[in-house]
Amino acid sequence: MLEVQGVTTVYGAVRALDGVSLTVEPGSVTAVLGANGAGKTTLLRTISGLVRPSSGRIVFDGTDITNASVEDIVRRGVSHVPEGRGVIGELTVEENLRLGGLYKRGEAMAPKEVYEMFPRLLEHRGSLTSKLSGGERQMLSIGRALVGRPRVLLLDEPSLGLAPRLVAQIMGMVRRLADSLGLAVLLVEQNARSALSVANRGVVLNLGTVVADQPPGELAADERLRHAYLGF
Amino acid sequence: MTNFLDYTLNGISTGAVYAAVALALVLIWRATRIVNFAQGAMLMITTYIASSVISSTGSYVVGVIVALAAGLLIGALVERVLIRPVEHAPPLNAVIVALGLYTFLVALAGMIWGATPRSFPSAFSIRGYTIGHTQVLFSPNDTFIVLVVVAVALGLAVLFRATSLGLQMRAAAFAPEVAQLLGIRVGRMFTLGWALAAFTGAIAGVLVAPSTFVGPNNFDPILISGFVAAVLGGLDSPPGAVVGGVLLGLALSYVSGYEGSALVPLAALVVLVLVLMIRPSGLFSTTSERRV
Amino acid sequence: MSAATPPQTDPPAPQGPRAPGRAVGGVLGVARDTTILRSLAIVVLAGVVLYIVSESLSPYRNLQLANGAYLFAALAGLTMLIGLSGQVSLGHGAFLAAGAYTVSLLVSKEGWALAPSLVAAVAVCCVIGLPVGLAASRLRGPYLAGATLAFAVGLPALADKFPNLFGGENGLTINPPVVPSWLGTNFSLEEWQAWIACLGALIVLLVLLNLYRSGLGRSLRAVRDDEIAASLCGLRVGRMKTLAFVVSAGCAGLGGGLYAAVLNLATPSAFSITLSLSLLTGVVVGGLGSLSGAIWGAALIVLLPNWTSDLAHSLSLSTNVSDNLPQAVYGIVLIVVILAYPGGIQGGVRAIVSLITRRRWST
Repeated sequence: MLEVQGVTTVYGAVRALDGVSLTVEPGSVTAVLGANGAGKTTLLRTISGLVRPSSGRIVFDGTDITNASVEDIVRRGVSHVPEGRGVIGELTVEENLRLGGLYKRGEAMAPKEVYEMFPRLLEHRGSLTSKLSGGERQMLSIGRALVGRPRVLLLDEPSLGLAPRLVAQIMGMVRRLADSLGLAVLLVEQNARSALSVANRGVVLNLGTVVADQPPGELAADERLRHAYLGF
Repeated sequence: MTNFLDYTLNGISTGAVYAAVALALVLIWRATRIVNFAQGAMLMITTYIASSVISSTGSYVVGVIVALAAGLLIGALVERVLIRPVEHAPPLNAVIVALGLYTFLVALAGMIWGATPRSFPSAFSIRGYTIGHTQVLFSPNDTFIVLVVVAVALGLAVLFRATSLGLQMRAAAFAPEVAQLLGIRVGRMFTLGWALAAFTGAIAGVLVAPSTFVGPNNFDPILISGFVAAVLGGLDSPPGAVVGGVLLGLALSYVSGYEGSALVPLAALVVLVLVLMIRPSGLFSTTSERRV
Repeated sequence: MSAATPPQTDPPAPQGPRAPGRAVGGVLGVARDTTILRSLAIVVLAGVVLYIVSESLSPYRNLQLANGAYLFAALAGLTMLIGLSGQVSLGHGAFLAAGAYTVSLLVSKEGWALAPSLVAAVAVCCVIGLPVGLAASRLRGPYLAGATLAFAVGLPALADKFPNLFGGENGLTINPPVVPSWLGTNFSLEEWQAWIACLGALIVLLVLLNLYRSGLGRSLRAVRDDEIAASLCGLRVGRMKTLAFVVSAGCAGLGGGLYAAVLNLATPSAFSITLSLSLLTGVVVGGLGSLSGAIWGAALIVLLPNWTSDLAHSLSLSTNVSDNLPQAVYGIVLIVVILAYPGGIQGGVRAIVSLITRRRWST
């Protein structure tokens, strides 16, 4: 129910995205893969409204959100966890979580529920987030994104800087969230293997264009593709 | 010895005013990373408004309330119309816009109210308290000034630390892009920040006007002192602004008392240079870089 | 970006029959250093134009020309500082004051002639500018603006502190420069003052034209655009910024000295924060960093008060309004230019020129 239709995003003279189209269904995880500079982060930033596309449309649940403001897009239920996690270091864990739901007022998830999902966060609830480890920050940023009960979750490189065991945990959690909450997840990753292990579909970007859009099994089976774009 | 006591008490009272101006500057710096060089001119206008209202209605309270409301309005308007376009531009642009606003407001005041400074009533008596047989340089009005500034500082602290609105404003100030992604209307938070800052400045204006008189350029030294106090405390730190204000107030009071008032602007400059050379981020600096 | 290029040296002239040819080559070698020649050519041309213009102006207009010239000296230095080296100074009014008071003191109290007094004004301002520039080189953005603002507000207070020396609120007066007898008895004082001021402005122009095109100029641009990258390339960032500051202070000092020569007066109230902000308006309107923009800026500052008082007169505005109208216009102009036309007038001119030349290529 989130459709990207022929989106082109331009930064000055550079075409970061060139006619990209894809669809994300509820309850599914779509992995967006490709090398650095392929346009993966730009894709997420275009969907969440931080950047305006120069052509193309983004449709969410039948509504055209291409030129909507960031705040409006978030309020419609699209939650973007940015590159680097976007955890606000000057605020405590609890304050970060509360922030996630302020725009929803009464309907937001209480921090309590997030602590049930991520018990580690409960220990640190009053600490400044600058004191958390990378893995804990990732949990916090995902938890914060969930507080607003979104229907679409955009994740930008959640595995960045994390140990392999943690990466596996995070990926497993992403899968469970998609299944249990019916989220439509768009998962941008450089760690293609781990992303594909939990994805329903894999979209490969190269220099702003889609070079493949297939189930993970087919992607993994295509050796040429794997070597050229996915690094394994 | 009584001189020293006098200068100290006087320093606390003037320091409270510097603290209020510094708070206004810190509020705006935290929200939009801009030093509002027009702060002095803005509070000059609101003080003039108070003066006119007091003259026509005869009521101090009504005049002050109107001035505070005008402060909120002016602050919001300035952010929305003049500052919004340069929030993402190089910092020099915002400096120039603020200076342009300052220049215009001073000229506007001259046009509307003329250049002759006028007096401004104080809320309470300005006769110093008498302790024993001596009269000290601290009056009921000074007590009022200190209490008001403390109340404002506490009120702002409660707003920021204990309310959802304050949480949103802090988030918008520390990480505006992330805040946007959390559904916070960052633009509105900035406007509110400027409105609150102008409100605080308006308070400082009516508090200090009885001693500085009201004239187009009469509040320039207050702006400079407020800026120095804010830098001393740390541009990022509201408690720093209060402490910096009091410290600077004391320092300048001693200079004025022992060396004469002509040297006060230079003394403020010396303090500023010392702080910027020795500890540029101020006494209470917290964050250094701002992330997006 | 490259560091300052090493000075050109010509090979030593060998002896023997080829020597004259080599000597000519030596001279042409100097000509290869086109920067100085080109700057000199521009300045001489400007001088000729100014001479012709000045001869045809009335004494009143010549006085305006003189005003424009001393303002240009200050503005050119300031626009170099802000636009080329990226340092904003709100305190250059103080350097103007220092230059004006130096000349006034030397001429009226010590009996010096005008020319050495002007040199002294430049020297004094360079000396004051050195510690200020050193401090400034370590400050960034709003801190620098605030510090120079505090400097602008604080320095004139010295006039009150030492009233005997500086004449207190009334300031100092000097006698106007004497028109030399070889110019004839009909030569107006105002035209002579215009010549003096224009000569000063031309000297500033020559110095800055060379600076802009020199290695120092390139280095300053590098520092302005990215200090960290510049220092990683080996540029002595602090030194360059300080040098730029000292040069701009010297220019402002010369401007101040010329002010004293033209207006024959130096008072504290003339050098208030208002003046520093007018200077800022001048450079912003002209286009930050642009020397030709400084001409526009000087013209604006000289002509605006006349326009506004004419306007006030025709609209029968009260004195309160008409007195403050120039300042109000400066404020509005500053805001509008930065919001809408950050390149200033010179930026607009360049845009138009490039539009025209692009058209020419395409047709």
